Amino acid sequence: MQNKNSKSIYSVPYFVWILLFVIAPIALIAYYSFLDLSGNFTLDNYKNFFTSVYLKLTLSSFWYAFLITLFSLIVAYPTAYFLTKTKHKQLWLLLIIIPSWINLLLKTYAFIGIFGLSGPINAFLQVFGISEQQILFTDFSFIFVSVYIFIPFMILPIFNALDKLNPSLIDASKDLGASNWTTFSKVIFPLTINGVKAGVQAVFIPSLSLFMITRLIAGNKVITLGTAIEQQFLVTQNWGMGSTIAVFLIIFMVIIMIITGQREKGATSYGKNK
Amino acid sequence: MEKTSKFAKIYLALVFIILYAPILYLILYSFNSGGTMNSFDTFTWEHYAAVFSDTRLIMILINTVIVALLSALIATIVGVFGALGIVFMRNKSLRNSILSLNNVLIVSPDVVIGASFLILFTMIGVKLGFASVLISHIAFSIPIVVLMVLPKLQEMNSSLIDAAADLGATRKDILTRVIIPFIKPGIFVGFFMALTYSLDDFAVTFFVTGNGFTTLSVEIYSMARAGITLTINALTGIIFVVTLLLVIGYYFVSQRGKKPVGLGVRK
Repeated sequence: MQNKNSKSIYSVPYFVWILLFVIAPIALIAYYSFLDLSGNFTLDNYKNFFTSVYLKLTLSSFWYAFLITLFSLIVAYPTAYFLTKTKHKQLWLLLIIIPSWINLLLKTYAFIGIFGLSGPINAFLQVFGISEQQILFTDFSFIFVSVYIFIPFMILPIFNALDKLNPSLIDASKDLGASNWTTFSKVIFPLTINGVKAGVQAVFIPSLSLFMITRLIAGNKVITLGTAIEQQFLVTQNWGMGSTIAVFLIIFMVIIMIITGQREKGATSYGKNK
Repeated sequence: MEKTSKFAKIYLALVFIILYAPILYLILYSFNSGGTMNSFDTFTWEHYAAVFSDTRLIMILINTVIVALLSALIATIVGVFGALGIVFMRNKSLRNSILSLNNVLIVSPDVVIGASFLILFTMIGVKLGFASVLISHIAFSIPIVVLMVLPKLQEMNSSLIDAAADLGATRKDILTRVIIPFIKPGIFVGFFMALTYSLDDFAVTFFVTGNGFTTLSVEIYSMARAGITLTINALTGIIFVVTLLLVIGYYFVSQRGKKPVGLGVRK
């Protein structure tokens, strides 16, 4: 690679981007987390975080994110799997992606109508003699809408992983007498685990920080870490406390990234080693 | 095999129905002359007329599209060269740490990105508005482009480059006639992912936008908080049709672009 140097010149904007928009913002958040309202150095924000209010909030935030991720995965994996079996799979995949191009605010807004007291779901329930249910502003509606929003982001990486899978491996497994379930659990799933991990990353962490859906669908009943940050930054204007919560969100994020991280060894760097 | 494929069809159909139902629901009621999303009175175009006569809303739409196209374009250019830089990096541990840094903004929660960019822009004195929104959108779209391009680059056999070099190709030739054509599908996907990210973004824009500048998401948020307005439904109808047209266009472009590449590669 004697032309390495000329290539890195074109890459300069990219590395500048890393400095300015990846490293600097994290440093600034960390710095602000030590400031109080008038800009003096303090540890109070961290003390506050370890009070029961914020700990409870963190726990419930995690619980909701876990549920959202779990349901997304349960729906997305079979969808991705069946999609790879269809004839025009790229076209079908595109059809899955289209709804994600419709602004998520619009989709959330749709559910305000659908789940409303006189909306279609309640009208449908009334056919069976079930009286009007308060669906909006419940945990159910919050989780349902979140799963709905995130599902394309879970399907996509899993689809890609499944699509890359060599079909002869499955044939081999079947020829050797494995049942469908064994083939799935011993061959297909382990080989697509990276897609699943990518999907979990793409769903779990945003779920921790949702604040728009909590405001519109859960009616401020569900408070996530994201809602708390938004509150501190834009309502109370307490950037210090907001940054402290953000610091913890970043720490959680790093932990999740390490857990779901993909090894950069072997297959991905084959071009260099072999 | 027959059985599973029937089950598969029903399952997929269900997923598609659930994915599209809310959107179609919104569009259906955009033609409702009654002001609600509950009972359909009579057919009307009045809500569409309301969208087009609302110059403020039209301006917001145009703003949103401009930000999306510009940010996706710039992010794609920076991202493609970034991916090239990463692939040709020889120090393995440095490459891995760059990759981790690349992924930070993808896995970062929107709220954290928004909050930290807000601090950044206030510190370096960027006025909150069009510039801050555009810069933020570029910033959070770059890593996804890199991630879409990188696998294609790694898939590429490095002897292709050596062969081109041995045959006397200049560095520019290698880039434009060997590398770029090979990774083109990745570049396309990256660009469209960046578009999606930008159009879909609410949280980051919500943080870094000033008083004078609004994108569609932020505007819909404030409209939806105020209650149900069928103007939003009409807007959905318009966006849906435009999206469909774009997707159909994209599909034909990518189908056409795929064949020559597909033949050259292993499949």
